Amino acid sequence: MPLAHRLYDNALVLSPTGRLDHDNCEAFREDLAPHLERAAKVGTAIVLDLSGLEYVSSAGLRCFMLAAKQAKAQNSRIVIASMQPVVAEIFQIARFNLVFEAYPKVRDALASLSPDAAAAFDRG
Amino acid sequence: MRVRFWGTRGSIPVALTSADIRDKVAVALMRAGGRQFASIGEAYDYATQHLDFSLTHTFGGHSACVELETRQDEYFVCDMGSGARPFGAHVLARQSGRPATVNVFMSHVHWDHIMGFPFFGPAYVAGTRIRIHGCHDVIEHAFRLQQAPPCFPVEFPQLAADIEFVRIAPGKTHEIAGVRVTPQPQMHSGESYGYRFEAQGKTFVYTTDSEHKLENRAQTDRFVQFFRDADLVVFDAMYSLADAISVKADWGHSSNIIGVELCQMARVKHLVLFHHEPAYDDSTIEGVLRETQRFEELTRGTQALKVSAAYDGLEIDV
Repeated sequence: MPLAHRLYDNALVLSPTGRLDHDNCEAFREDLAPHLERAAKVGTAIVLDLSGLEYVSSAGLRCFMLAAKQAKAQNSRIVIASMQPVVAEIFQIARFNLVFEAYPKVRDALASLSPDAAAAFDRG
Repeated sequence: MRVRFWGTRGSIPVALTSADIRDKVAVALMRAGGRQFASIGEAYDYATQHLDFSLTHTFGGHSACVELETRQDEYFVCDMGSGARPFGAHVLARQSGRPATVNVFMSHVHWDHIMGFPFFGPAYVAGTRIRIHGCHDVIEHAFRLQQAPPCFPVEFPQLAADIEFVRIAPGKTHEIAGVRVTPQPQMHSGESYGYRFEAQGKTFVYTTDSEHKLENRAQTDRFVQFFRDADLVVFDAMYSLADAISVKADWGHSSNIIGVELCQMARVKHLVLFHHEPAYDDSTIEGVLRETQRFEELTRGTQALKVSAAYDGLEIDV
């Protein structure tokens, strides 16, 4: 699964796309790991931009849960943005809406993390 | 093959309170909106057709006890939770004085799965044969212990029935009174076992008190094989997925999401959510059922999976 990333001031936006399930969740975790480590080192928060994620299985949700736990242990944060309706429903049914802060748009998520990150997003 | 649920609640029996019933009646009256009913039958039809199940019924409160009725004369039942008391009354009424043979299959011996046995009427009837099957070596000890002083007034040796404990091997198929039974080890404190029953061309899987670790692909594959093409799977769906893999990880239970995914992979026809969280009220369980049905729709492949929630008194023809 391609994992595009872009830094907005002190917030990193990661954008998984396609499907996240039993078959590719370990590869996703490996792709995610260096970003989590870097976020811990330099004090950035992470926005998972899920606008390109079409489906997530329980195994994929577990990846998100582990990432959130790691971020919390590192005094960092992960928030979610731009879920497609199907993914948003799955989050709700699995009660992951109680685990993650979720925002309608990436900018909203960045604004929740820091004004500087939102300003950087506005600058493009 | 018919599956009859005598106890469906997880961990500890629960009962509706007087306030629960008052609230249900009050809401039903509000929903009826002043309608007049000419007979109790009309009122019954209105209630069952127009009001939510959780308003007009209860999922119930007995702990695990699920009967499998086959064409055999002998009885088959999974676990002896508090639902064993009404199951015993059913056996006695049906036998009309004739001694019964009851085959019990124990998932494990945690208290909620054995607590009904001291109240199982047929155990007090001479001539009854009770064969308690299981894979643990502590089953007989647990059954005797819970009836030893000072826990219960009738000690195990005083029971009139002929009671036999039968150790069966996991992973092997056993022919028991015309039914093929295959136990499967499961992840739970002290280990538990699920059972796959095959008879008359139908397959029923009873799998409760079973945690599924998502990172363990081999375990997932093993359960897909265990469930393969089953007509009915009764599944421990006690927690939400978020709870099951975080704050309640290693508590030995699973979620509705995992149940749907495993059953879809195994091409199961009907999934029944079971071992309901005791803190959930009827409307919460009904909400979980609706969400699970929606999740099944969202993730459906080529074959639809029917999803139900077990309740005390539910009967399913397989």
